[in-house]
Amino acid sequence: MKSGSNLEKVLEAGHFAFTGELGPPRGTNAEEVRKKAQFLKGNVDSVNITDNQTAVVRMSSWAASLILISEGLEPNFQMVCRDRNRLAMQSDILGAYAHGIKNMLCLSGDHQKFGDHPQGLGVFDIDSMQLINMVKEMRDEGKFLGGADIEDPPKIFIGAASNPFAEPVDFRVHRLAKKIAAGADFIQTQCIYNMDRFRIFMKQAVDMGLTEKCYILAGVTPMKSVGMARYMANSVPGMDVPDSLIKRLKDAGKGKIAEEGIKFALEQIEEFKEMEGVAGVHLMAIEWEHKVPEIAERAGVLPRPTF
Amino acid sequence: MIVAKRKPFEEIKEMLKGYKKVLNVGCGTCVAVCLAGGEKEVDVLNIELDMAGKLDENPIELGAMTIERQCDREYLEALDPLVDDYDAILSMACGAGIQFLAERYPHKPIFPAVDTTFIGVNQGVGWYEERCRSCGSCVLGLTGGICPVTMCAKGLYNGPCGGTNKGSCEIDKDQPCAWYLIYERLSRQGRLDNILKFSPATDWQNQIPRTLIQPGYKKSEEV
Repeated sequence: MKSGSNLEKVLEAGHFAFTGELGPPRGTNAEEVRKKAQFLKGNVDSVNITDNQTAVVRMSSWAASLILISEGLEPNFQMVCRDRNRLAMQSDILGAYAHGIKNMLCLSGDHQKFGDHPQGLGVFDIDSMQLINMVKEMRDEGKFLGGADIEDPPKIFIGAASNPFAEPVDFRVHRLAKKIAAGADFIQTQCIYNMDRFRIFMKQAVDMGLTEKCYILAGVTPMKSVGMARYMANSVPGMDVPDSLIKRLKDAGKGKIAEEGIKFALEQIEEFKEMEGVAGVHLMAIEWEHKVPEIAERAGVLPRPTF
Repeated sequence: MIVAKRKPFEEIKEMLKGYKKVLNVGCGTCVAVCLAGGEKEVDVLNIELDMAGKLDENPIELGAMTIERQCDREYLEALDPLVDDYDAILSMACGAGIQFLAERYPHKPIFPAVDTTFIGVNQGVGWYEERCRSCGSCVLGLTGGICPVTMCAKGLYNGPCGGTNKGSCEIDKDQPCAWYLIYERLSRQGRLDNILKFSPATDWQNQIPRTLIQPGYKKSEEV
């Protein structure tokens, strides 16, 4: 075991993993985090805590992660390269681990131009690839990036993101390979809607032997409405939403669109369970945490394994 | 070249408030080429300042002088006989030139008339684009001659990120994704191996003021 985190145990034991996501509040209300956490408790193996997602200031990811631990859930501490330099990143990793955080997801981060402080300095001292490698060196070699020894190194299960859909599409599997070589233990993909493209991506990953070195969790976000689908298709960079899905949602008719979105997600999950190389699903039910128990139940992923 | 743009007129006027005699110094190199601070721009700005001063019934006596390069002592010397006649100096050079001027005349208030903007290229008349951040450790040999530090909005060394948008950057559909271009170019050259390798954390060279003495010009004990 690299970290002994619950997520690592689930994957190591060969179970089909099921992870969730929680966005911290734009304020200090810990109760809000606890309330969202209750919908996820017992239904997922680990919960991603986003780090100022879409470059909007929120309660810090490690702080919300600690609230989650106190509620008996396992966080997956997200860290982006936009807001901290290598000193701050490493000290946060030490502190997070000292408080019991065992999973991390290493990301570049959305550009600050999108957020609520577009005039801010984007740090990007290191990039997500270098962050993955830094955490690996901290864990396995007990070394800081600067080369000094770490007393009691942090044993982190290292996660990274992968987008199989963004251009240049042909390069995406190679970038995945690079992240694995840099030290990623598990991958959570971008929300998948184009199943054809994802099947090709997974086949490439399997053929390159990548799925033997790393666990790949397929990203699922149920569509709540036609508006959301159109927004994802047109306004979220790197997102691939086929017209056929938008049509399917539209055809479901008024009052039935959200249910159709969940149905599509459930069909995806069924396919992922059988798809070679897919080790689990990462469910990003954005501001829809209360739907997670129902989705988990209907997806047949309950009860979650315990150790 | 170093590209600059003139500051808004009101800002320049505000800085000069209270000064009666101002010498406006242009620079004949980069800022002249990019049409921000050469001889012509000095004349235009002086005309504007002169008119505004008259309208405000608070006239400024303006001098004009454009030297070849404000970042070079050899040329600054030409200003020595003039400077004492003025209360303040307005410089239309880049930030380096302005500071060199201030260093030479430490008793004199010096004001910038331009904002130094970037190191860039000339795309057309009056149209410039940034190309270099002078990071001090050039990777263009690996990246097909496209700078990821400058041209990628996140300065990624191991791109492309997941935000590429059909070949554009996530920040703006009119901004090409640098890593998409790098990929395309290396692919055509059969050199994709370059970016399949992990690029480790950068040893940033631009975090302290830098000094460079070319090897051939070092004193013998330093070589």
